[in-house]
Amino acid sequence: MALEVMARAREPIPLDVAFRVEAGELLALVGHSGSGKTTILRSIAGLWRPDRARVTVGGTSWLDTSIGVNLPPHRRRVGIVFQNYALFPHMTAARNVIAAMDIPDRVEATRLLDLVNLHGLADRKPAQLSGGQQQRVAVARALARRPQALLLDEPFSAVDRATRERLHAEIIALRAHLSMPVVLVTHDVNEAQLLADRMVVIEKGQMIGSGTTAEVMADPDALRAMGVRELAALLPATLAEQLPDGLSRLEVATGSLFLPTVDAAPGTRVRVRIMAHEVILARTRPEGLSAQNILEGRVARIVPGAGPGVIVHVAVGRDEIVARITRRAAEQLSLQPGDSVHAILKTMSVARDHVARARLHPPGTAPSMP
Amino acid sequence: MDWTALFLSLRLAGWTVVILLPVSVLAGRCLAYRRFRGKGLVEALVMLPLVLPPTVFGFYLLVAFGRNSPAGDLWQGLFGQQLVFSFQGLVVASVIFNLPFAIQPAQRGFESVAADIRDAAACCGMSPLASLWKVELPLAWPGLMTAMVLTFAHTLGEFGIVLMVGGSIPGETRTIAIAIYDRVQAFDGRSAAIMSAVLVAISLFTISLTFWLSARVGRKLS
Repeated sequence: MALEVMARAREPIPLDVAFRVEAGELLALVGHSGSGKTTILRSIAGLWRPDRARVTVGGTSWLDTSIGVNLPPHRRRVGIVFQNYALFPHMTAARNVIAAMDIPDRVEATRLLDLVNLHGLADRKPAQLSGGQQQRVAVARALARRPQALLLDEPFSAVDRATRERLHAEIIALRAHLSMPVVLVTHDVNEAQLLADRMVVIEKGQMIGSGTTAEVMADPDALRAMGVRELAALLPATLAEQLPDGLSRLEVATGSLFLPTVDAAPGTRVRVRIMAHEVILARTRPEGLSAQNILEGRVARIVPGAGPGVIVHVAVGRDEIVARITRRAAEQLSLQPGDSVHAILKTMSVARDHVARARLHPPGTAPSMP
Repeated sequence: MDWTALFLSLRLAGWTVVILLPVSVLAGRCLAYRRFRGKGLVEALVMLPLVLPPTVFGFYLLVAFGRNSPAGDLWQGLFGQQLVFSFQGLVVASVIFNLPFAIQPAQRGFESVAADIRDAAACCGMSPLASLWKVELPLAWPGLMTAMVLTFAHTLGEFGIVLMVGGSIPGETRTIAIAIYDRVQAFDGRSAAIMSAVLVAISLFTISLTFWLSARVGRKLS
């Protein structure tokens, strides 16, 4: 049940995109506001019709302008979480969820609300719920539609940072229950990198880059569109212990990482987003340094940037981190692929919301929704 | 106290509300959500009865409904009686001159339902009719209620158009407002005072009812 999308339009913004999302896969549409990513989502849902477009799910056409097929939104099996959730204000949480069902089923509504961690709040009206709770109701309502495609339109942008972190973790956990293609629209590269399997970068309605998150991160054009300061690597790590001074020690392939408290039990597998511009490289293991994290690695490749910078990919065991340093520094160290280096990272340079749990099921192996 | 006139007024107001409720739902929703050519003109036309003197409006209706007019002939052919100086004629006139009081608040009511809420209804699998019934009407309800109460109260009080189109036939077109005028003309100040007081009481009651109900709806939503 893959979702295939092709859309072209001149108005209201020029648009030319084509992509495919596999069942169980999460694709992030990344771009600045006004880039057209929400317009693409609305075309998939049937809330907007581009000049020329084709939207198919599992081979069935929802929209095909070449043969005049255009199902109205209520005839497309689509679940959508709007940026401001768009809950029905006159209905309780449970009735919001039931409203999306073909046959009203209170038991199923309770199960879905439990699935999104909303126990005992079924009879609250949206106005009586916090932003994070409203978002969870919106997710449960989208799932109640039994969608063949799940669309998330900036679903984390209206909540505070701590709530967003929790909701990210919940979405990662929830994905074990999702068998349909999922499209996430976001302007937040961190969010895209932590949550998505693949990314499509959109700028002025055009696709600038697409591929796995690692591929897109290595694509200079995509990087330019996102902003080179967003360049980061996802480093898999295992939480080793919580230290009494408020830090967490994590184990990675070639050593330990000390990070601000990671809220999880020892043994939990996580992914740490390490920003390329925060990484310092050294030829020899430095001493007398305040930075706590020094990882041994080997230069995998060096990619020159457009400006005065270069991007150094450093293999850390079987994983990789990236460092953005100046061309001048690279020359002074005379770095060459294969050289051994030490990557240095300040503990405080890893934001709390740049750590996410590892996914339980890699894409394609997710069990189907009960 | 002219009870016949009072009941006639209530009956007229009731019919006007019954006919204008679906009209205001359809027209108010259309004006709130759709964009089309000449929308400004349509909105201006709907508002016209608010600014025209009732006598001017009544005069045109009299000409339009009268004998030898297409509408009058059609009515005569269909129902075998003339439209002017009849209760039916009054209802038709009342419906037309109440259009702004019914459609405007209904339109505001529908406009208060955010676009993404309507989009969400569609994406929940609701057909346009289901969305209207389950989502739009419950949310636009305060506006619709205001529309109906204003229409009801305004019909009770209308004088000029009723006199022009209906005259003052007891039991047929003599409403309470006309009856009060008749009593004053006949120097029967006591009857006029009683009927005026009754009209004030009824109007005050209906308007208070709206405020009370809207406050209740407001509480339910927050």
